[in-house]
Amino acid sequence: MIHSLFLINHSGDIFLEKHWKSVISRSVCDYFFEVKEKAVDPENVPPVLQTPHHYLISIYRGKLFFLSVVQTEVPPLFVIEFLHRVADTFQDYFGECSEGVIKDNLVTVYELLEEMLDNGFPLATESNVLKEMIRPPNILRSVVNTLTGGSNVGDTLPTGQLSNVPWRRAGVKYTNNEAYFDVVEEIDAILDKSGTTVFAEIQGVVEACVRLTGMPDLTLSFMNPRLLDDMSFHPCVRFKRWESERVLSFIPPDGNFTLMTYHVSSQNLVAIPVYVKQNINFFETGSCGRLDITIGPKQNMGKTVEGLMVTIHMPKVVLSANLTATQGNYTYDLTTKVLVWDIGKLNPQKLPNLRGSLSMQAGAPKPEENPSLNIDLKIQQLAISGLKVSRLDMYGEKYKPFKGVKYLTKAGKFQVRT
Amino acid sequence: MSTGALYNDQGGAEAAVEAGQESTPTSSGSGAAFGLFSADFKKNEDLKEMLESSKESLKLEAMKRIVGLIAKGKNASELFPAVVKNVASKNIELKKLVYVYLVRYAEEQQDLALLSISTFQRALKDPNQFIRASALRVLSSIRVPIIVPIMMLAIKEAAADLSPYVRKTSAHAIQKLFSLDADQKEQLIEVIEKLLKDKSTLVAGSVVMAFEEVCPDRIDLIHKNYRKLCNLLVDVEEWGQVVIISMLTRYARTQFTSPWKEGAMFDENNEKAFYESDSEEKKGHTEEKPYIMDPDHRLLLRNTKPLLQSRNTAVVMSVAQLYWHLAPKHEVSIVTKSLVRLLRSHREVQYIVLQNIATMSIQRKGMFEPFMKSFYVRSTDATHIKTLKLEILTNLANEANISTILREFQTYVKSQDKAFAAATIQAIGRCATNISEVTDTCLNGLVLLLSNRDETVVAESVVVIKKLLQTQPTQHSEIIKHMAKLFDNITVPMARASILWLIGEYCERVPKIAPDVLRKMAKSFTAEEDIVKLQTVNLAAKLYLTNSKQTKLLTQYILNLGKYDQNYDIRDRTRFIRQLIVPSEKSGALNKYARRILLAPKPAPVLESSFKDRDRFQLGTLSHSLNSKATGYQELSDWPAVAPDQSVRNVEIIEAVKEWTPTVGKTKQPKSDDKFYSDDEDEKEEEGSDSSGSEDSSSSSSEESGSDSEEESSESEKTSSDSGKSSSGSEQSSSESELEQKKKKKTKKVPQKKSKPTAADSESDENGNGPVAQESSSSAESSSGSETDSEDDSDSDSPAPQKKTETKTKPKVAVKSKKEVSLLDLDDFSPAPTNTPQSSIFSPSLLSDLEGLSLSGVSSTMQVTTSSFGPVKTYELLHHMTGKGLAAKYHFPRQPCLYQPSMVAVQVILSNSSDHSLEEIHIGDRSPASLSIHCFNTIERLEPEASVTVSMGIDFSDSTQAANFQLCTKEDQFSVSIQPAVGELLMPSSMTEQDFCKEQGKLQGMNETSATITMETANASSQAISKQVLSVANVGVVSSSQNNFSRFAGRTVSSGALVLVSLELKESSTALLTINTEKTVMASMLLRDIKQALTQA
Repeated sequence: MIHSLFLINHSGDIFLEKHWKSVISRSVCDYFFEVKEKAVDPENVPPVLQTPHHYLISIYRGKLFFLSVVQTEVPPLFVIEFLHRVADTFQDYFGECSEGVIKDNLVTVYELLEEMLDNGFPLATESNVLKEMIRPPNILRSVVNTLTGGSNVGDTLPTGQLSNVPWRRAGVKYTNNEAYFDVVEEIDAILDKSGTTVFAEIQGVVEACVRLTGMPDLTLSFMNPRLLDDMSFHPCVRFKRWESERVLSFIPPDGNFTLMTYHVSSQNLVAIPVYVKQNINFFETGSCGRLDITIGPKQNMGKTVEGLMVTIHMPKVVLSANLTATQGNYTYDLTTKVLVWDIGKLNPQKLPNLRGSLSMQAGAPKPEENPSLNIDLKIQQLAISGLKVSRLDMYGEKYKPFKGVKYLTKAGKFQVRT
Repeated sequence: MSTGALYNDQGGAEAAVEAGQESTPTSSGSGAAFGLFSADFKKNEDLKEMLESSKESLKLEAMKRIVGLIAKGKNASELFPAVVKNVASKNIELKKLVYVYLVRYAEEQQDLALLSISTFQRALKDPNQFIRASALRVLSSIRVPIIVPIMMLAIKEAAADLSPYVRKTSAHAIQKLFSLDADQKEQLIEVIEKLLKDKSTLVAGSVVMAFEEVCPDRIDLIHKNYRKLCNLLVDVEEWGQVVIISMLTRYARTQFTSPWKEGAMFDENNEKAFYESDSEEKKGHTEEKPYIMDPDHRLLLRNTKPLLQSRNTAVVMSVAQLYWHLAPKHEVSIVTKSLVRLLRSHREVQYIVLQNIATMSIQRKGMFEPFMKSFYVRSTDATHIKTLKLEILTNLANEANISTILREFQTYVKSQDKAFAAATIQAIGRCATNISEVTDTCLNGLVLLLSNRDETVVAESVVVIKKLLQTQPTQHSEIIKHMAKLFDNITVPMARASILWLIGEYCERVPKIAPDVLRKMAKSFTAEEDIVKLQTVNLAAKLYLTNSKQTKLLTQYILNLGKYDQNYDIRDRTRFIRQLIVPSEKSGALNKYARRILLAPKPAPVLESSFKDRDRFQLGTLSHSLNSKATGYQELSDWPAVAPDQSVRNVEIIEAVKEWTPTVGKTKQPKSDDKFYSDDEDEKEEEGSDSSGSEDSSSSSSEESGSDSEEESSESEKTSSDSGKSSSGSEQSSSESELEQKKKKKTKKVPQKKSKPTAADSESDENGNGPVAQESSSSAESSSGSETDSEDDSDSDSPAPQKKTETKTKPKVAVKSKKEVSLLDLDDFSPAPTNTPQSSIFSPSLLSDLEGLSLSGVSSTMQVTTSSFGPVKTYELLHHMTGKGLAAKYHFPRQPCLYQPSMVAVQVILSNSSDHSLEEIHIGDRSPASLSIHCFNTIERLEPEASVTVSMGIDFSDSTQAANFQLCTKEDQFSVSIQPAVGELLMPSSMTEQDFCKEQGKLQGMNETSATITMETANASSQAISKQVLSVANVGVVSSSQNNFSRFAGRTVSSGALVLVSLELKESSTALLTINTEKTVMASMLLRDIKQALTQA
């Protein structure tokens, strides 16, 4: 299926190649570079390309291109999903997925790729299984390894792959047994000029960090599972149990993982936590414009809105911005034409305001469209849909684990049209 | 790459390997210092030295650096001899790195690579399964043709390995060998055939992959494994699921008939359709048979549905395409939500999913219309995502939502991304042609855009307006005039050409302006683009024909300019036009028709989606994505008009009994392996789970492994229950296929029965007995089937009715959840019988769930359960007077018992008719003491007027001796007994008539009991007989070729002894009833019961 993989950095250098079948010359990437040149923005490179003898399927993540070469028909999502899984694994192993980190851990990366695919077909993609075979690097171990000549390849063989719970490694031991769940919800919304909601929905994810000894069997139940409209689960979740009882019953993988993602039914009205009053004007004459933005709290359920940030992609003709902010700082990047206003905490008594003038290239016509505002925000200890975890029970082990649930609401793709 | 970069690169590599290395600083330092000219050479020298040293750490260091070189695509092949020596190293990491090297360079250094082969051959015999597997992996990855026979041998051996992991590796090796030497195909197919029979979920995905690669056309290999694959699917790893699903999609398209033919009838109303067919049947019109879905087809759809919830986007997409290509039209929409969910994923995933939605939305607007807003474009989306969303919005546009969409489009037109704005204008044009109500609005909007400042927007508008005007040219001379005015300001060639064409085409509507435009063009002709020049020539020709007085000179001038143009197309066109319009001696006949040729009414262009023709490709494929056939693309065949033989998928029933019932056997397989190689912890665990899986054993394993085995036994239980289902499924289908072939009308009745469940008991309708039995034999399945059906329906409905159905189905859900609960309960705590506290921890939440659900309709709950299983009689277990308010009834659901195959499933309905709640209802002492009962979990609390259904399993040991036990509440104990009718101790067994006669021949003499009975002629029809027999005994109908013979077969639940019942109709009212079985006591009792039933009726 997947024939070869090339990792390409932002400037177009191939810094890693791996072949699972016979070797394919790296010149095959030239077709890709051609398209990349044309696309200008790397985001705009189409993920599937056709060359005379091969097909190139690529993803763009962390300023890197993961480019895979396939020779025959294969579901493109299969490859894309796998490439993202590779990137996730790097992230998991090295803390980030960047060129520097990959170059620093070239051998580990190579060993990982070797285990993840056999003859182009995914073999072991579960992080728990991989970690048993190839240990993630850490400073202590690398010091020990240099001193003792030890290796970072596991000497025990991965038993997880054979068991019925392939996602969990065997023989897990902790002195502090703890299970934390983060319910993170993102509001995707489009507001129009007048502030009315064009489109809004809530996407949620339950992230888990489980460090429990042995083989615990967990049951997580919600107070109001009916809110959930559509969801996807980690393979560990027993789907039948969810269908019949609406509880999440599972033997967790060890460490961090995404337990489920969900969508809150669009019938429910979505609470929009802030309102935005904005006025952006470009004048016909004098090549300047005015900008005036005020943000205030709306339906935030009595919680404080934090981490408020407004990002505006200005039209190309805007040269500079001369603004004053009553709260927070603003920066205007001249090359990318991005205005960022970092507000921080929203104080309902004194609403943050940003106003001032924009100067434009002389002689250029006034921009057709006002730029839209992208809003970022966070509300701690609140799931905006109202979803609540009711309880977590553990079976199969004797100790009492420490349990915790955290809620967080974020802005997802939250856009205000002007 | 500049030299500087090259240098840096190596420096970087140096630094990387240096990070953890202090021992050889000088050598590597010098390598870096030499830089680009001699570095490679030098470095390789010192790498060789390091590899030859005796220190493991040095060797490892060297190998790491070599792998670094490989990763960067640098040549390290001359190190081959030095590296290959280390292939037998004890150090695992070193060994792995050597493998990496070997696989990379073996093809180039074939002779030297052979040196390593013996090491792998030795490792193939290693007692450790992982070492065997990795040896095979590397051996098969070495692409050296000489070792093909060795590989072949190794694959064959590994395919028979006891470890499923090694078998999985061999499935991978098959593909590698095939790509190395395609001549081995026949032998490899044999191995594939063998591996396809494998029941391990680990192997399934890989072997299907090998099948797809080596012999995708050998569909015959799949038949026997089809049901198994369907049932295993949920437990296969996610990548395997994708491959299996796409293979099964292809398979299903060749094996089943289209579910779409009578789609309309299905859509409207299931029940009605069936009634219609009923009345038809009575009238004797048999030629129009409504579509009945093959149960295997249904099995596939049902088993893939849960995978829509997978976290893997590829799995979700493959299920979506399966539904799209295989499901009845009204069921396809269940995939919508999941597809829309994928839009939240990465950009690349969005791209593929949007492409597929675009194709789907052309054919089925309704599917995605409710989610229209999910396709609204954000300014931060990538351009190709934006255009795809636009495409979908356009596809979704209809009279009702067009105003919303147009408003949305207005924002897009103003986008800074001009390519996207242009695409929006095209989209508006498409909406305008598709929906006639808005054509004028759109046209006006587009005209406004003509004064836009951006050139591309204006140009695109012109092009679109041109197309729109062409569809309805009347009344639009104003717009043409307006465009003519704008002409001077527009520079985009395509737009200019479009305006010229418009003016030329409708020159009679703008008689004053047209010549003027031509005049301007004559002036600037030489400076124009080719496409504009061509249109100018056209315009000139048309004006010459309509208005030669004013334009004759201009035309000649332009034609002269064109004659000497640099472009040969233009010269060509000019010559052609001149011949056509200017009369001369040579021009001849065509000249007369010039006007009709040039000014013929032209058909309006159809503005349609670029995704229109994509549906020729299977959704979700690479070919679909590229819109061109990719190498190795397998065409999806059309549905066959007549379904091929369905029985090919039947797995021999005898084999099935052996293989399926104790599925523990499957997990036992590695156990035997374990005996040889006891070094594997995991397998030990499995063994432990096996013993605890057999329930009664007092889970003696230690706490930790106990918890392990819990999961595992739950797994094995699950598969065994699955397999139970599938075996009953196969029974069902086998009996069904026979029925279908011979008496198709009868089978049609099945759903009808379902829909009129209450009548089932009392109904004396003579038809439909066969199906009832069949239904009861697989009751669990059929009930769950109906469940999914109702869900599907509600899904396809609009939200409001959805709620209604939800409340309606509540009671059903309650029943189901109870069943499920007990099943899952068992899953989780199978070693629990001795360990009651655990289960009591669990039950409060369960109970609260149940309370909420069952309060709504207690009575209906019972009705549904009882009636859907056909001839189920309910018996009193405990009267509420004696039970101080607690009443209990029981019945035999006639489904295979989940807890143990030798148990008879009993469902007990407990209800509280007192005025206080009852607590801690459980089962107490039992007698005889040896009686094995699988109790239900303690019910913590039963509210007044509430009732709850629990299931138990009782092993009656094939005797009708009553099972006595105590039903306890917190305060009281009541002795109760369950006395089974002899017929309930059986389970149906399906066999062919030949088998029946053969078996009957073996059970002669002492084992035969018979009696002559008299019955009324009215009841002598075979349907009536089977109905009566089935009401008494849980047996299966054996189809009979003789009219006067009715045959039934069953097995005793506990010992599995065959019970054969045959009834031979003699003269008008007498019949000979014969029962053949080893269990003579049972035979006589059964004889009595059946006799009674038949004579009564």
